[in-house]
Amino acid sequence: MSDIAVHRGLSLNRINAMVLRYWYLLLSSWPRLLELVYWPALQIITWGFLQNYISQTSGFFAQAGGTLIGAVILWDILFRGQLGFSISFLEEMWARNLGNLMMSPLKPIEFLISLMIMSVIRLTIGVVPMTLLAFFFFGFNFYAIGLPLIAFFCNLIFTSWSVGIFASGLVLRNGLGAESIVWTMMFALMPLACIYYPVSVLPPWLQIIAWMLPPTYVFEGMRALLIDHVFRTELMVDALVINAVLLVASFSIFLAFLRSAKRNGSLLSSGE
Amino acid sequence: MDQIEQRPAPAPVSDPAASAAIDVAHLVKVYKATRAVDDVSFRIARGSITGLLGGNGAGKTTTIAMIMGLVLPTSGRIHVLGFPMPEQSAEVLGRMNFESPYVDMPMRLTVRQNLTIFGRLYAVSNLADRIDQLASDLDLRDFIDRANGKLSAGQKTRVALAKALINEPDLLLLDEPTASLDPDTADWVRQHLENYRRSHNATILLASHNMLEVERLCDRVIIMKRGKIEDDDSPDRIMARYNRDTLEDVFLDVARGRTREGAT
Repeated sequence: MSDIAVHRGLSLNRINAMVLRYWYLLLSSWPRLLELVYWPALQIITWGFLQNYISQTSGFFAQAGGTLIGAVILWDILFRGQLGFSISFLEEMWARNLGNLMMSPLKPIEFLISLMIMSVIRLTIGVVPMTLLAFFFFGFNFYAIGLPLIAFFCNLIFTSWSVGIFASGLVLRNGLGAESIVWTMMFALMPLACIYYPVSVLPPWLQIIAWMLPPTYVFEGMRALLIDHVFRTELMVDALVINAVLLVASFSIFLAFLRSAKRNGSLLSSGE
Repeated sequence: MDQIEQRPAPAPVSDPAASAAIDVAHLVKVYKATRAVDDVSFRIARGSITGLLGGNGAGKTTTIAMIMGLVLPTSGRIHVLGFPMPEQSAEVLGRMNFESPYVDMPMRLTVRQNLTIFGRLYAVSNLADRIDQLASDLDLRDFIDRANGKLSAGQKTRVALAKALINEPDLLLLDEPTASLDPDTADWVRQHLENYRRSHNATILLASHNMLEVERLCDRVIIMKRGKIEDDDSPDRIMARYNRDTLEDVFLDVARGRTREGAT
């Protein structure tokens, strides 16, 4: 996997080959498939009943029906999107297959694109049943959000890829000893992304940091839509600009980690 | 976005680096305080089989990894098939391949699935036919639809060799290619490698601890010790120089620090 000539001659065949590799892997194990659905389903059922309960006791939640369930689903897009990316990457580490890929004509950008495609596939398998459960159990139609949903989804998935690329680079550079970062990194964003509460509840100095994170814009936008019935385009545009910067930065950092791994020989021993 | 893989035009023959399959000059690799490879230079002719010998820690794997581009050298230069590495690795990676105990094929995928994926990565044309041919040549038919993780060590080695040959490489780098194989299968694999070299005029660089294998297969042997080249010649001439009948005895002389004169 040459890190030189990154921008020259992207090959759809090689990207397809990698997607096929992960697809075969997914189909080879029913526990893997089940796991994709299991956690999101548990999540939506638990939070859905909580929303039902507090909407009976709180006038605000009764009025802003669905904000909690909507936030849970959008958070899952962010979190599962990153996991879907990073787990496919980890599969190569666990299988000791990275050397084969690095020595093949596969380019880093093609590898990362295939991981992005897999993150969407895994996300679809996990989140679609989640939205159906939300509809049948709690009467919340996630798709009724309409076109703004596309803006929410794109911004969240772009952030999840940036975090996934960065976390994968760390594991590439430091070996499987750094694997826990993959599972926990997104949770560092959780309090600042203001998933379940508005940005205004944060102290002013923390609000500055929160507004550096694209998911903050998405969750604020979701609340504006569900509570005030207003789609705030400017929030989505700002998030998109920050996401573009994050994607470029994370890809550059990934390449730097790859070069560092080649310098210190860690690709030969991709264990702990 | 997609493009047809095209082999580059041959580099000018007048350039010595271009005419050699591998040209390594003053290669150095330092890991913190360890000088794993220390000013190593060699040139390997196209169509030859060269053995890289040495004890553990001699620097063989690091040298091969630098040629493959998995490790960046501290200093020195490498040309593979006429192209500088790693600067122009994209030009040659499709024309080379390797097998190493440091990597595995994905365990949950079947042999056919693995070969399909690597065949696509290497843009192999008529891939199904190529896989059938390899299955026949390397006797993979009985387990071609079995998961790689359910194969014996010998079967896995043959599958790894099939992956290494999937793109009919001009340059093949092998690290212990017959490890874990019974003598009969190992002999058969060696025969296959010899045939492959002859039929494709391919260049093979192999690291091995099997001295009989090196004696039988290699036109040339490079012996490494503590990161440096200790000797470099044909097996016959090296044995004659050490006044030994087998490369194994030469290897022991080198490993135990006995000089050529001392060995006689």
